[in-house]
Amino acid sequence: MKRVLVLDARELARVLERMAAEILEKIPEEQRLYFVGIQTRGVPLAKRLAQLLAKRTGSAPPVGALDITLYRDDVGPWRPAHQQPLLRATDLPEPVDGRVVCLVDDVLYTGRTVRAALDTLMDYGRPRAIRLAVLVDRGHRELPIAADVVGRVVPSSRKEDVQVRLTETDGEEGVWIVKEERA
Amino acid sequence: MSVKPAASLRSRHLLGIDPLSPEEIQLILDTAEHMREIAKRPIKKVPALRGKTVVNLFLEPSTRTRFSFEVAEKRLSADTLNFSASGSSVEKGETLLDTARNLEAMEPDFIVIRHPNPGAPHMLAKVLKSSVINAGDGTHEHPTQALLDALTIRLRRGTLEGQVVAIVGDLQHSRVVRSNVLLLSRMGAKVRVAGPPSLIPVGMEKLGCEVYHRMEDAIAGADVVMMLRIQLERQERMNFPTVREYFDLFALTPERLKLAKKDCLVMHPGPMNRGVEIDSRVADGPQSVILEQVTNGVAVRMAVLYLLAGGSGEPIAD
Repeated sequence: MKRVLVLDARELARVLERMAAEILEKIPEEQRLYFVGIQTRGVPLAKRLAQLLAKRTGSAPPVGALDITLYRDDVGPWRPAHQQPLLRATDLPEPVDGRVVCLVDDVLYTGRTVRAALDTLMDYGRPRAIRLAVLVDRGHRELPIAADVVGRVVPSSRKEDVQVRLTETDGEEGVWIVKEERA
Repeated sequence: MSVKPAASLRSRHLLGIDPLSPEEIQLILDTAEHMREIAKRPIKKVPALRGKTVVNLFLEPSTRTRFSFEVAEKRLSADTLNFSASGSSVEKGETLLDTARNLEAMEPDFIVIRHPNPGAPHMLAKVLKSSVINAGDGTHEHPTQALLDALTIRLRRGTLEGQVVAIVGDLQHSRVVRSNVLLLSRMGAKVRVAGPPSLIPVGMEKLGCEVYHRMEDAIAGADVVMMLRIQLERQERMNFPTVREYFDLFALTPERLKLAKKDCLVMHPGPMNRGVEIDSRVADGPQSVILEQVTNGVAVRMAVLYLLAGGSGEPIAD
């Protein structure tokens, strides 16, 4: 396995700063803003973005956590026998009705996770709008989905794995491309 | 001992607690804990089991368990078919195996079975393609009940490990006690059981519990007191002289409850015989978590259905 660094901890912090600025620019109704992180790594990213925004505006938007597992399109007959993905917590501290929800995830790839997240969110209420912010866009979309705010575009091959590692979830910080090396 | 949850369940059936490892139990409880949140949503339904069919084959009376399974199935978007003995071909003398084979010809993904004979679900699991879930087989096991009891204790206490759980009542006819002792002891709790000598099966202690004949000794200092129902319908002969005497010796009264820890939880799998094994003042008192057990039952059954519902395809990228 070959691991190539794309963003180190300092670069990652800078990218997040820029994303926060861009979110403010693109979502002018900051009083309605509501960050919702997709489990697992979208959650700490959403919290960090909310803090960065608070520094700029003086007030921190609410942050929620969304687990999309039960809405995935590969749960059920397309799974190998009895290997179901693990459930994680969904915690939306405030109703989403009328809010501008900014969904946050670490990597945008096929778009299937985002599709599931949209469906999940709709079962909680009727947001005024939903935006999407991702740290990494690695391409290879399988659904017509695009992010509003992208931290870094990382061209990748399907055979590679794009790894985002965060202190809160992984004990290290950075973005890597991982290649399976042929023997 | 904080048990790490397993990545998945090894079997496609849930026949009892006995075949489960501590890691598998942990996986079910962790999953159930997250399932609870669905009941608080404006739309209490998720699409995870869309297109799956569940047959609820209840060949013995049940209200709570049958409703609980049905709610769980519906919250996961499964299609449900309910089958009960009365008014069916079972009354015309059809055997269980024939009934099940006929139902399976309609291609259900799950069969949830409640049956008066121990081992009935195991027999079905051997011959059917569907996943079989044991919803109570005679006096043998009632795995989802033990799982919901464990979830209730864990949510209230934070852990099962080291908890002193006293189970009191008819140990002879109770599948609930068997599944509970197996589960709780496996997860590091200390289980004590008590009941009249005529209702304690031989070799009870081998399940992993201490056996007491006086209720007071069993509940002294306990974290949880779980009362079992006196199953008058399973008693071929009366194993105690009178209900009055049973109440005097083995009912959970406010006075007896004082022997346990101050914040001891009071549990009962239902249906309760008020004034037989439990005093109403305790059943409706501040320490009672009996209705929480019912709520957690739905979450546990959702977790079990979800975890058993894998398909046979290849994994695909996210």
